[in-house]
Amino acid sequence: MGDVFKLPVSTDLIGRILDGAGRPRDGGPDIVADEKADIIGAAINPYSRRSPHDFIQTGISAIDCCTSLVRGQKLPIFSASGLPHNDIALQIARQAKLTGSDEEFIVVFCAMGITAEEYNFFRADLERTGALENAVLFVNLADDPAVERIITPRLALTAAEYLAFEKDYHVLVIYTDMTNYCDALRQIGAAREEVPGRRGYPGYMYTDLAMLYERAGLVKGKKGSITQFPILTMPGDDITHPIPDLSGYITEGQIVISRELHQQGIYPPINVLPSLSRLMGSCIGEKTTREDHKSVSDQMYAAYAQGRELRGLVAIVGEDALNERDKQLLEFSGVFEDKFLRQSRDENRSIEETLDLCWTLMARIDTKYLVRLDQKWIDKYHPENRK
Amino acid sequence: MKNEGLIYRISGPVVTAIDMKAAMYDVVRVGTEGLMGEVIELHGDKAVIQVYEDTSGIRPGEIVINTGETLSVSLGPGLLTQIYDGIQRPLPTLEKEMGVFLTRGVDADAFDLEKIWTFEPQVSVGDTIVGGQVVGHVQETDTIVHKIMAVPGAGGVVKSIESGDFNVTQTICTFEDGSDMQMMQKWPVRTPRPYQQKYPPVIPLITGMRILDFLFPLAKGGAAGIPGPFGSGKTVTQQSLAKYSDAQLVVYIGCGERGNEMTEVLDEFPHLIDPNTGKPLMERTVMIANTSNMPVAAREASVYTGITIAEYYRDMGYDVALMADSTSRWAEAMREISSRLEEMPGEEGYPAYLSTRIAEFYERAGRVETLNGEDGSITVIGAVSPPGGDISEPVSQGTLRIVKVFWGLDAGLARQRHFPAINWLNSYSLYPQSLDQWFRDNIAQDFPEIRTELSGLLQIESELQEIVQLVGSDALPVDQQLTLEVARMIREYFLQQNGFHEVDAYCDINLQYKMAKAILAFQESAKSAMASGSQLGDVVNVPSRSDLMRGRLNKGYIDTIDDMVKTMLAEIAATVEEN
Repeated sequence: MGDVFKLPVSTDLIGRILDGAGRPRDGGPDIVADEKADIIGAAINPYSRRSPHDFIQTGISAIDCCTSLVRGQKLPIFSASGLPHNDIALQIARQAKLTGSDEEFIVVFCAMGITAEEYNFFRADLERTGALENAVLFVNLADDPAVERIITPRLALTAAEYLAFEKDYHVLVIYTDMTNYCDALRQIGAAREEVPGRRGYPGYMYTDLAMLYERAGLVKGKKGSITQFPILTMPGDDITHPIPDLSGYITEGQIVISRELHQQGIYPPINVLPSLSRLMGSCIGEKTTREDHKSVSDQMYAAYAQGRELRGLVAIVGEDALNERDKQLLEFSGVFEDKFLRQSRDENRSIEETLDLCWTLMARIDTKYLVRLDQKWIDKYHPENRK
Repeated sequence: MKNEGLIYRISGPVVTAIDMKAAMYDVVRVGTEGLMGEVIELHGDKAVIQVYEDTSGIRPGEIVINTGETLSVSLGPGLLTQIYDGIQRPLPTLEKEMGVFLTRGVDADAFDLEKIWTFEPQVSVGDTIVGGQVVGHVQETDTIVHKIMAVPGAGGVVKSIESGDFNVTQTICTFEDGSDMQMMQKWPVRTPRPYQQKYPPVIPLITGMRILDFLFPLAKGGAAGIPGPFGSGKTVTQQSLAKYSDAQLVVYIGCGERGNEMTEVLDEFPHLIDPNTGKPLMERTVMIANTSNMPVAAREASVYTGITIAEYYRDMGYDVALMADSTSRWAEAMREISSRLEEMPGEEGYPAYLSTRIAEFYERAGRVETLNGEDGSITVIGAVSPPGGDISEPVSQGTLRIVKVFWGLDAGLARQRHFPAINWLNSYSLYPQSLDQWFRDNIAQDFPEIRTELSGLLQIESELQEIVQLVGSDALPVDQQLTLEVARMIREYFLQQNGFHEVDAYCDINLQYKMAKAILAFQESAKSAMASGSQLGDVVNVPSRSDLMRGRLNKGYIDTIDDMVKTMLAEIAATVEEN
């Protein structure tokens, strides 16, 4: 008594399902603790961090090519109600691996305020693929106490830190749904009669979220790593809502799910335009992915962005008013969505396959319009030159 | 005097203690672990304290000890190349003491007190020294001579003066009145260091970024705000400025931002070479890192720690640039503490004194005559992170009322991968008037006119784009189509700059001028060729123009650009004959 909340940790956690307060939920025995860890978690000394630079291949082209994920990164999915973010998260959990390595991730799954139905979906999928044996689940459901929801991610991260920094595992932490967490934070702030900030959320929400997100990373002298993959649903699809907004200021980029693409029947409906990976520059290139990756990614992005913009113009003036370059870009934007973005839920594309696909698609545009590609990559990788 | 009290109440980083005999801003030690705190409110013998370390697990009834000192920074040789937390504890020392995770209650000297420096006196026995006057020199790094100055307000007639090797706490000078001085001095962070007078800003801070130097220049001693939504490139811009601006010293404050970003800077800076001196960048840099998950009160203090260090070097006569990334996190720290104090909130929950604090901070910038008659400056560049990118919020507005330069980052441009994503239509600088003479004298007589011409073209383009949105570009008359083409050249060739490219990241100001001239030369020759019957398509597509544009990525471009322009003009002229 008189102590702060602590979680018993040991490698026995792997394969277990616990509730939002750290009690077994799978009918199994209590965790036999190697040690008890304070769940608040101390901040990592910025001087003691190691720069993340190991590319994680997710097998999803849109992510691997345009918003590459790095080991030690915190990259959230900005989604909204009714979109398939859970499928994407599961596909990443299943497929994520380092290129040229068989090291597997331990998945720490942290459910906050999700429905029993969603939880069953996750659990069934993890069981089906055998991933459960390499996972730790912390589950706080929608009808569990909101106070526990504040603790749940801290328990998950405490377990993750133990596994990563004491036991050398590479840990992938998936939280869903951060929006429920923030709402719980607001509920408790209101109960404590605190002065509310924007939209009633407490003024310290930025700091509070940072205390979770910043627990990702790599540190000197330890082999393991913590990569975070938070999922949050943007209320009213509004990216300026305090929850996505404050998250975006802390996390190292974001993957934005688009309702428009989803309604066109495209899976995964990732809108690459507002998506971003801040650490991408450090993990792609000759040594990790392929020498032309940066160039290809820039060109794909630019061409798609211009093509999308032209759609608005075409709606007004019609396609005939476009010049040749614009026509090609417009056509490309459609192909980009249909061939590049679209892939099936169990399709695992290697980074080489993704980049080759990019070249095949870009070959539909006249080379002289591909100004962001280095000539040496055109000579080497353009399908016309590869024959 | 009793200098101990007891904890009565705790709310996050704010602790109330009773039985205290304290003065405002006294530094206190809180609890059995002796956590560092500062008195920020007094009601009789009840003191409200903001604590610079995590307070979980502390209970009422624990002891609070008043040190009677105010929150101060240590100033002296050894500051450069350091990386500190918000209250000037060196992070490498903390790592040694605590391991990779920051725990509590550890004190650390700001720099190595035992390190021996070679002190060269600049005064003799019998000289009268006043506060701020230089008494000797220490070579701190290869590029920076550290001038040892008397503390402002101190001084006297020199009784003895040493020369040779000393550490920073040994006495190097004594005065007739019995006082003495060491190489290290302390200064309270919340009090600006004094100077004789402020000068008008007439020298630009050259940053090597074309859009900044050319269109929206910042003066040495000026203040700039960079507001922008997340992902628009605030940090990259700040880092580029820290790397390439021609300030002699850089103080970089990572205030409430990402840990990995600071790591990136730490990994990168020791290997990067300052283009102005040829020495590693780290040798001119002091870094303060108080990331978003570190204690919030120390985040509040970090900007003051940073600017006090900047003022100290300014007083030696250096041009210092201070980057604060991000001032919004600093303001949020104030808000958090204010709400814990249960103060009446102003706009959006921020304390009513927010704009005053912002103004006071930026007013510590300036080009001044120092107490010792030198000319020194502090240029402050503050990033602002407005929620949702909407700059009508209090921190952005409080900043814009003070700063003279506004570099508005734009999510739309960032999304098009146009970097730096500074919006050329709504950004502004109020300095050109005072800086134009410098540009005329040092770069080219017509520099200001070229600037006006470029920004005029961009303005016309934005108007034409509205029409193009409706009818398509082919419906415009050819001369306007040419204008669009020239404006596109300005955007893609001149304004866009790759901050990570080894050559393009830094652009010499003379080269900037040549590039701007090249664009106007293209426009001029294209116009006359078209007047003589050339087709727009032929003129625009001359191959030498894309050579010229791509050339900027090659080393030695400044030597080849003139010939490339000549080739381009000849090819454009030749299109007339083909017709």
